[in-house]
Amino acid sequence: MTDVEFMASDVPNIFDMARFKKGFSIDITRYEGNDMTFHMKGISCAVANSLRRIMLAETPTVAIEHVFILNNTSLISDEMLSHRLGLLPLNLHPRYLKYRLDGEPATELNTVILKMKLSCHYQPDGTLKNEKVYAEALKWLPHGSEIPDETGCKFVRPQVKFMPGVDPVNADILLAKLRLGQQIELEAHCVKGVGEEHAKWSPVATAWYRFMPEVVLLQPVKDELAKELAGELPGLITVDSDGSAVVNDPLEHDVLLEKVRAMSGEPKWQDVLQLRKVKDHFIFTIESTGAWRPHEIFEYAVKLMMAKCDKVLEGLQKYPPPSDLGAEEWMED
Amino acid sequence: MPVTKGSSAKVVDAGSPHSVLGDAGIDDCDPAKLTQPIKEVKDKYQLLPAFLRVRGLVRQHIDSFNYFINHEMKKIIHAKGNERVTCDTDPNFYLKYLNIYVGKPSIEEEYIVTDISPQQCRLRDMTYSAPISVDVEYTRGKEIVMKRGKNGQGALFLGRMPLMLRSDRCVLKGKSEAELAKLGECPLDPGGYFVVKGTEKVILIQEQLSKNRIIIDTDSHGGIVASVTSSTHERKSKTNIVTKHGRLLLRHNAFTEDINILAVLRAMGVESDQEFVQLVGSEPAFGSLLAPTLQHCREESTGVFTQAQALEFLAARVKSSRPPGGFQRRGRSRVDEARDILSGVVLCHVPVPRYNFQAKVVYLAVMVRRMLCAMLDPGFVDDRDYYGNKRLELAGGLLALLFEDLFKKLNADLKHHTDATLSKANRATQYDIAKCLGTHTITAGLENAISSGNWTIKRFRMERKGVTQARVLSRLSFISAVGMMTRITSQFEKTRKVSGPRALQPSQWGMLCPADTPEGESCGLVKNLALMTHHDAVHIAADGGRVCRPLIICDAGVPRVTGAHLARLKAGEWSFNDFLTAGLVEYLDVNEENNALVALYECFCNPATTHLEIEPFTVLGVVAGLIPYPHHNQSPRNTYQCAMGKQAMGNIAFNQLQRIDTLMYLLQYPQRPLLTTKTIELVGFDRLGAGQNAIVAVMSYSGYDIEDAIVMNKASLDRGFGRCVVMRKYATTLKKYGNRTQDRITRPAEAAAPAGASTTTTTRPGGRFSVLDADGIAGAGRVLTQGECLVHKQSGYRAAPVMWKGFPGERCAVDRVMVTSNDDSACVVKVLVRHTRRPELGDKFSSRHGQKGVVGCIVPEADLPFSERGVVPDLIMNPHGFPSRMTVGKMIELLGSKAGAVSGRLHYGTAFGEGSGLADRVDALSAELVAAGFSYSGKDLLHSGITGEALEAYVFMGPVYYQKLKHMVMDKMHARARGPRVVLTRQPTEGRSRDGGLRLGEMERDCLIGYGASALLLERLMISSDQFEVHVCTHCGLLGYWDAAARRARCPGTGRADAMATMKLPYAAKLLFQEMQAMNIVPRLVLAEA
Repeated sequence: MTDVEFMASDVPNIFDMARFKKGFSIDITRYEGNDMTFHMKGISCAVANSLRRIMLAETPTVAIEHVFILNNTSLISDEMLSHRLGLLPLNLHPRYLKYRLDGEPATELNTVILKMKLSCHYQPDGTLKNEKVYAEALKWLPHGSEIPDETGCKFVRPQVKFMPGVDPVNADILLAKLRLGQQIELEAHCVKGVGEEHAKWSPVATAWYRFMPEVVLLQPVKDELAKELAGELPGLITVDSDGSAVVNDPLEHDVLLEKVRAMSGEPKWQDVLQLRKVKDHFIFTIESTGAWRPHEIFEYAVKLMMAKCDKVLEGLQKYPPPSDLGAEEWMED
Repeated sequence: MPVTKGSSAKVVDAGSPHSVLGDAGIDDCDPAKLTQPIKEVKDKYQLLPAFLRVRGLVRQHIDSFNYFINHEMKKIIHAKGNERVTCDTDPNFYLKYLNIYVGKPSIEEEYIVTDISPQQCRLRDMTYSAPISVDVEYTRGKEIVMKRGKNGQGALFLGRMPLMLRSDRCVLKGKSEAELAKLGECPLDPGGYFVVKGTEKVILIQEQLSKNRIIIDTDSHGGIVASVTSSTHERKSKTNIVTKHGRLLLRHNAFTEDINILAVLRAMGVESDQEFVQLVGSEPAFGSLLAPTLQHCREESTGVFTQAQALEFLAARVKSSRPPGGFQRRGRSRVDEARDILSGVVLCHVPVPRYNFQAKVVYLAVMVRRMLCAMLDPGFVDDRDYYGNKRLELAGGLLALLFEDLFKKLNADLKHHTDATLSKANRATQYDIAKCLGTHTITAGLENAISSGNWTIKRFRMERKGVTQARVLSRLSFISAVGMMTRITSQFEKTRKVSGPRALQPSQWGMLCPADTPEGESCGLVKNLALMTHHDAVHIAADGGRVCRPLIICDAGVPRVTGAHLARLKAGEWSFNDFLTAGLVEYLDVNEENNALVALYECFCNPATTHLEIEPFTVLGVVAGLIPYPHHNQSPRNTYQCAMGKQAMGNIAFNQLQRIDTLMYLLQYPQRPLLTTKTIELVGFDRLGAGQNAIVAVMSYSGYDIEDAIVMNKASLDRGFGRCVVMRKYATTLKKYGNRTQDRITRPAEAAAPAGASTTTTTRPGGRFSVLDADGIAGAGRVLTQGECLVHKQSGYRAAPVMWKGFPGERCAVDRVMVTSNDDSACVVKVLVRHTRRPELGDKFSSRHGQKGVVGCIVPEADLPFSERGVVPDLIMNPHGFPSRMTVGKMIELLGSKAGAVSGRLHYGTAFGEGSGLADRVDALSAELVAAGFSYSGKDLLHSGITGEALEAYVFMGPVYYQKLKHMVMDKMHARARGPRVVLTRQPTEGRSRDGGLRLGEMERDCLIGYGASALLLERLMISSDQFEVHVCTHCGLLGYWDAAARRARCPGTGRADAMATMKLPYAAKLLFQEMQAMNIVPRLVLAEA
C-alpha cells in the first residue's frame, strides 16, 4: 500500500500498523538505580523525540518554589540559597499534589512545606556542628506552615493522612557552609510543576536517545586482512575459526567506533568497512533525578502522548470522515 | 672550539658561590661536550614563579615606594636647600633636620593612637597612612636644643604619609595567608596602591622621554637637533642644539635667542677654534660641517673671540626672569648672571664645581659630535620612540617630587613665621620653633594630590593636572585590578594624530605587552608591562626607571642554568635571587639588549649566543596571559580580549563580601577555565575566576544568532549559568555644623506606628518606610520596593533621606548595613543593596578571544540539539564568527577543554608554549578525544531537539570558557512617553537616569527635512518638545504679557492691548528672544497673518 512514502532519515515514516506491530520492540538493557537504558526498535524519530521532549519538559515533579527566610546570617545570600534549594530533587511523587494555579491560595492539596533551622555551634567534643549544611537538614512540616500569617498558607488537615513523607532525594547535597554562630532558619514551600517552566521540575537530569551504531563488513574479510582488521579494532572485530572476520556488538566497543569511522574513509578500508546508524533503532537513556523511577517517567510520557493524540482525534471528530469509508475503517487504516 | 676549557671553568667559578653542585650540571668544561647537542633545560619556566615569588606582580610600585620611604626622604631632608631653616632677622637662629622617620600605619582618635589595617580604612573612608616624624636641632633663645625621638620615631610630628599597600611600612608586609585573612585582606591582592579617604588609588606608571640623555632628532625642517632634558632635584631644564643655515646654535629658555655653540663654549673657557675642533673630533668630514659655525662666531657683530667677550655676548641675551621691582641681589653683574646660568641652568645635570666647566664642555662637545655624525649618516639619528630612550616614572619618584615641594613649603612657612616672630622686639615667651611645626601642609598636600591626581610642583613651576593621574583602582574584576597595576600611561597628547608613539616598537619586546592596549584615542599610548618586566629603581650605576627583564646568561651558547640548579629551585633551596647573585641570570635593559644575542630555546643556541630567554610567553602581560593559545589568534582579537577581560564578572577578591564598594559585579558560580595557561596559575586567576565553562555548539540555530548573537539554553540559566549579583552602595555621613547641630537618623512616624495600623504602603514624599528598622536604617535582608527609603536622615528638621534609586522590575534586597565613624569622627552609614540577576535577552557574553555577543534568544532545553552522549549545549554560537575573526585559538581551546573534560585533567594553552611543553598540541588533544570515543576533530553527531532527526552535518561542540560582561540590558533599557522637563528650556530631560526623552538629533532632522516631512518635523521638534504659547504685538513685534487685572494680553513696549495675537513657538525660541533683549538686541516678530 506504500505508493508514496515520505522518507526521513532513510526510514519510511508512513505509519503501517502491521509493520509496527511486527517490528516494534522495547528491550531494557540497563537499569541501575535512577538510570535506565533501553532499546526501542521499529519506530520513527518523531515519536521517539516526542517522548524525549515530554520526559524533559512536561512530566511533573515537586520542587521548592517559595522560600521564606526567617534568618540567614550565613555567607550565602538569600537568593542564592533559595536557588540552590529550588534545584533539589524531592522524594515525592507528584500525584499526591495538585497544580497550584496562579493566584490560588496555598493549601495542603497543592503545597508541601519543608523547614530548615540550624546554627553552627560547638559540640561537647569540641567539634563544630553544622559547619556544612546538607539537604538532609530540610524537614517536612505535615501540619503546614509554622508562620501561616506571613506565608499565607493554611492547612485544613494534616498531610500525613494522604501522602507519605517528603525529603530530598540526595541527603548529601551541600547547600551552604556556616561559621561559628551563623544561623539559617527558613520555610520552603514546594509545589508541583513541569520542566517547561523551570528546569528544577524536570524529572530527569537528562533523557536522550541515539541511533544504534552498526559496523558492516562490505565484503567477506579473511585471513591476513581479517587479522589486521582485528588488530586495528581489538574486540570489535574478531577472527573466527575459519579465518574470516566477525563483527561483534558495537555498543560493547563504543570508543572504537570513531576509529571505524576514520578507517572507513581510508582507501585501504573504504571498500571493506562501513559505520552505519540504524535509523529506527533507538538507544534511549533516562537519568532520573529520583522523584520518579525512570521507567515510570517513560510510561508517563507514553500515556501523556496518548492523551494528546486522543485530544487531537477528539478535535477531529467534528469533521465527518470521507464518505466512502466508514468511520471505523478510516481509523483502522 | 669556541671556548677554551680554562675560560669556561673560570666563569663558572667566578659566577657561582655554590660551585659544589655535584657532577651533573656544572661540569661542562670539557670542550668536546660543547659540540654535543645542547640538552634542554627542562622546566626553565620554573624560574618564572620563582621570579614572581620574589618580585610579585606589582613589585615595581612597591620597590619604588620603599626606596622613597627608606632612602629618598632622608636625602630630601639632607639636601642643600632643605636641611636648614634660618632666619633673616636673627643670624644665630637655625633649625636643622637630623633624621626623618615614617612610622607604622596608625590613626589618632580622641588622643588615642591605634594601629589600622587597610580594610578598616576602606570601610571607614579613612586614609591608610603613617606618621612622619623628624629629629631636629635648633636654637631656642641662646641655647642649642637637640630633639631626638626613640624606637624608630622622630621627636617632632611632621605630617602623615599615605602608605602603599604591601610596602615595607604596611602591616600586610610578609604576612601569611591566614594572617592576611585575619586582617580582612585578600591574599591574592597584589597591593601597590593607596587607600585615600576610603577609595583605592593607583599612581599609574608614567612613561617619559629619558632625562639627562642626549637625543638626536630632526626638526620640522629636516635639520638635526640634539636635545637634553636635564633633571636634578632643584631644577629641570631643556637644552637644545639646533642647526640653522648650517650653523650650530644653542637654544635654551634662559636666553632670548639662539646662540652660536662656539660662543657658548668660549664663555666656558674654550677660546681657540682648534680646541673646539679637537673636542668635537678632527675627522676630515667634520671640517666642512663646522666651518659655518666657526665663521658665524667671527662674523658676529661684536665678534666673540675671548671668554670675556663671550660672556658679555651671552649676558646681553639673558632672558630677565626677575619680576620688575622684585628682590635683586646687589653687586652681581650681568656677566656673573650669564656665567651662573651657564653653570647652573644650561645642562644643569652636569656639575660645574667652582666654575670648572671641563665636564660641561666635554658634554656639549659630545652633543655636537653626535649631531655631526647624524648629519653625515642619518642612521645616527635617534628614534624617540625607541624604548631605550624612555624612562618610567613610578609612585616613589612622583611622591618624592611632591614631598620635597611640600617640605620646602613647610620650611618656607616656618621661616616666614620665625621671621615675623623674631623681628618683634619683646616677646612674652621664648620662641620655640618646635612648637610651630604645622602638620597640615604635608598631610593634606599628599592626600589631596593622590586623591585628585593633580601634581603641583611649585619649584619646577609645574602643574601636572591630570597628567599624573591617580585613578581609582578598578575593582570590576580581579584581573582589572591587577591589570591596572601594570598600566603605563604616556605623556603624549591623546588628541594628536601621531602614529609614532602609538606604534608597537620592536624594542618593547619582552618589556611591554604587545596585546594589551585600549582601542580608540589612547590606543598605543596606554600600555602594560609584560609579565617579567623588572623596573630598575636603584639609583646607582645607572639612572632609575629603565625597564629591564631577566635572561639566562649563556657562555658561548651554553646556558649557565642547568637542571641541577632548577632541581635546587624546585626543592626550595634556591630562590630567584640566588640565581641573580650566582650570576646565572641577569637583568638586561633595552639598550643592553642591542648588544646581546638572545636565543629563544636551547636548540637555537650557537657559540655567539649570549643569553637565553626564560620563557617566551613572558612577552605578554598579565591580562593577555589569560588568553589560551593567543599565538593562534589574529592579533587584534587578543587586544579586544584584553579590554574585555577587565569587564568580566567573577570573584573580585577573597574579601569581596567584606567590601563595600560603590558598585560591585559578582558571578554566583564562577569557575576556573578548563583550558588554563601558566600565567593564569601564576596570577591566581584560577582561584578568582571570572567566567564559566559553557558547552558551546558552533552551529546555526533559529536565526536569532546573527551578528554574533548567541542562543542560550533556558535550562542552563535555570540551573545557574551566568547568574550574577550586583551590589550597590548607598552611603551617608552625619555632618556636624557650626551651630552645634548635627544631622541625625530618626525613626519615621510611620515605621514607629504599630504594625496593624500600617500606612506604609502609600508612597509619600519622604519615600516608603517599610524596610526601616527602629533605628531609622534599613534592615539587612529586607526586600526593596520602588521609592524605598534606606536611611531616614534628617538635616536640621528637614528630611534628607537616602533613597533607593532602583528601577521598576528590579527586586533588590539590603545586603548589609554598616555604621562607623570616619577620619573626622563623623558617623558614616553605608547600606549595601544587592540585586541577583539571571541572564536575559541582550546581556553581553564573550569568550576569551575577543568574541563578544549578546544573548539573542533563550531556547527551552527540549528544543536544543543533543549529542549521542546526551550533551545539550549551554549556548550556540554561529560559525560565521570564525572566518573573518580568525580566532583559531578559540577552536583549539574548545578542543583542549573537551579533551580536559574527557580526561579529567586540566590542559594548557600557554602562549608560544608548544615548544616548551606549556601548551598541548592539537594532535595530542585529538588523540585524547579519540581515545575517549569522540571524533578527533571535536565534532559530534547531534540530533535536532525539535524534529529528533540527526543533523546532517557534524557539529563542532565542546566547552569554552565564557565570560559574562558587565554590560547588562537591565542597566540600559529605557523608554519614555511623557516625563520630566528641564526647568530652563522646558525641553525633555536627557539621559536614562533622569527618565529623559530620546533625542531626534541633527542627522535625523536632516533626514526629515530631506524627505519633506514637515508636519512630522513640527511635531517632533516643537509640539512634543517645548511648545509654548506667546502673545505678540502685531504693531511692534515684541512678546507681550498677560495683564491679569485687565484679563487680556498687553504689549510691554507700547502698553497697548488692542493688537495682540497669540502664536505657538518653542520655549527655547522665547528664551532666546528674552536673552537677546537683555543684551539690548530687539528681536521683533513680524506676523504674516492675524
